[in-house]
Amino acid sequence: MSDVFADQAPVHATGEPAIVGAGPWALAWRRLVRNRVAMVMVVVLALIVGLCLAAPLYAHHVARTDPFQSHLDATTVVNGKKVPVMQASTSGLGLGVTPIGPTWDPRHYFLGADDQGRDVAARLLYGGRNSLLIGAAAALITCILATIIGLVAGFFGGVVDGVLSRFLDVIWAFPVYLLAISLSTVLIAKGFSIGPFRLESGSLFLPIAIIGVVYIPYVARPIRGEVLSLRRREFVEAAIGLGASTWRILWSDILRNVVTTAIVFFPLMVAIDMLTEAALSFLSIGVQEPNASWGTIILDGQGLLYTRPAVALAPGIAIALTVLALNVLGDGIRDALDPRAKLRRTD
Amino acid sequence: MLRFVAHRFVSMIFVLFSISVLSFLIFFATPGVDPAARIAGKNADQATLAAVRKDFGLDKPLPVRYAVMMKKLFITRDLTSYVNRGAKVIPQVTAAAPVTLSLVLGAAVIWVILSIAMGLLAAVFRGKPIDTAVMIIGLVGISMPVFWLGEVVNLLTQSRFHHSPIFSWVPPLGYTSFTSSPFGWFKSLFFPWLTLSVLYIGIYARVLRSALVEAQEEDYVRTARAKGLTETRVLLRHSLRTSLIAFVSLFGLDFGALVGGGALLTEVVFNLHGVGKLTFDSLQNLDLPVILATVIYAAFFVVVANAIVDLVYAALDPRVRRA
Repeated sequence: MSDVFADQAPVHATGEPAIVGAGPWALAWRRLVRNRVAMVMVVVLALIVGLCLAAPLYAHHVARTDPFQSHLDATTVVNGKKVPVMQASTSGLGLGVTPIGPTWDPRHYFLGADDQGRDVAARLLYGGRNSLLIGAAAALITCILATIIGLVAGFFGGVVDGVLSRFLDVIWAFPVYLLAISLSTVLIAKGFSIGPFRLESGSLFLPIAIIGVVYIPYVARPIRGEVLSLRRREFVEAAIGLGASTWRILWSDILRNVVTTAIVFFPLMVAIDMLTEAALSFLSIGVQEPNASWGTIILDGQGLLYTRPAVALAPGIAIALTVLALNVLGDGIRDALDPRAKLRRTD
Repeated sequence: MLRFVAHRFVSMIFVLFSISVLSFLIFFATPGVDPAARIAGKNADQATLAAVRKDFGLDKPLPVRYAVMMKKLFITRDLTSYVNRGAKVIPQVTAAAPVTLSLVLGAAVIWVILSIAMGLLAAVFRGKPIDTAVMIIGLVGISMPVFWLGEVVNLLTQSRFHHSPIFSWVPPLGYTSFTSSPFGWFKSLFFPWLTLSVLYIGIYARVLRSALVEAQEEDYVRTARAKGLTETRVLLRHSLRTSLIAFVSLFGLDFGALVGGGALLTEVVFNLHGVGKLTFDSLQNLDLPVILATVIYAAFFVVVANAIVDLVYAALDPRVRRA
């Protein structure tokens, strides 16, 4: 934020109105928009989100199938001929059935079927909604809670800081997947209830809350460090000297300076959260059947890997593409908001 | 230094204690969840439930239960699985540990060598197409789910191209111990190593590149150049050496985290019966005592590994000791 004046033109002696200097946000925005690669990634992300939002349209009007019901006896049309979705196996004893492979026809099992005869393309779009929702919501929880914890710990110091920092240390030392697995194992089957609150076992809020909580230290620790150094800055001392209230200082002097950190972390956290969601769902402790996410579809495809690889390949490509776009966009946002690279990714 | 060691030791003990309490609370005191029913497994009868309650002291107050649990884990080491009737848990964990260590060690060798090579390459050709290409490869590596990458590798090496000469040597999925056949061990772990290392190659190459680029601007590098040292010598003896400090501390953390459960997904996909696979199998039949044991043992490993890294770091860099 230090080069606020870089773009400001000098006041002309002729009395022409001086060009108004752009604020830090406007400057960051301009830097981001000029970053072509980041803008391409914005388009890619918008496309992916748009496609996933259109999932019901695709399922009801194009593919005409219910992706949450099994269709073991269904038939479909390939090259104008009617064929069963679950085809009798031709190898081995010929006893099993193999789901139909990709037809590359958007109206009839574009990417083939899974072992329940469900349309993989439709499930991929519906699954994408859950993956994106969990990634974004968990990242939001992480960034908001981490900002609050970092702010309180760094500003008030003393015992408050001691307790909060030790708490962060413990979560930090706990391997992320193990913590997530422990929480999921206990919560996923029966849900969670505390007082009037009740989280049902199939609820998407469970993976969101679990993933959101386990990554808090990754964002809270750098924010706490920044608050610590901001607290000793002259403008904060000046505000204290002027008699500003604690909340006013927290709000307008500290929070406004650390909020960029939270914003820089947000897209990177969405990326990490989506990978974590996929991993938990793959371990069957994330999104629960019949709901889908990209992770659960990879799990569905595992048994069909050698016969119908498209089932597992498609969601993996979707995850990799989305996460790649988020990472590149995240780098762009960091370069725009934090040109001196105070924050470096060391995860 | 002695004060630093003492301080670090106390904080390690504190974190170990907190982690054991935290995992204990998650498993035994989550509101609305009956721990006896969870430990006994699905559809357990009343007699088993009663046995579980007695065995784990579930009718006693929380601190007593915690003590009972810790005694079973570390002192008598007789934690028993109820789902897998009567199987002792701790020997299973110790039997699985060499597999996980083999996997992580091999992957670590690969990722350290390749990421240093890629980081150096990118930093030397900074701003050139090679730099961009290397960084894009790194980003792609970071963006792929590791279990999915493992499946793609399996698809290619075990199925689609298994009959071609390139992959015909790949053995079926599973682990061959080093003592029974060193070459078989290498062959069975080669692709799991590569798969596991891809993510870390990406991260480490990026971290090393930015550290190198920053080091190139430092005064001592300018001095080294002014002395007339060759560019290679400046890069390897001056820039790289300091850049490796961040790299080394990151390595300690990741190595610990991988041994402590991070390699779980790779073990599952390649059917390697390590600690991660043990956790996964217990997850499938909800064998809570095994999960609890692997979680606590792994978390302890990570915490101790981190403490060792900090000590090594402090020994290397005196500035850390005063912080």
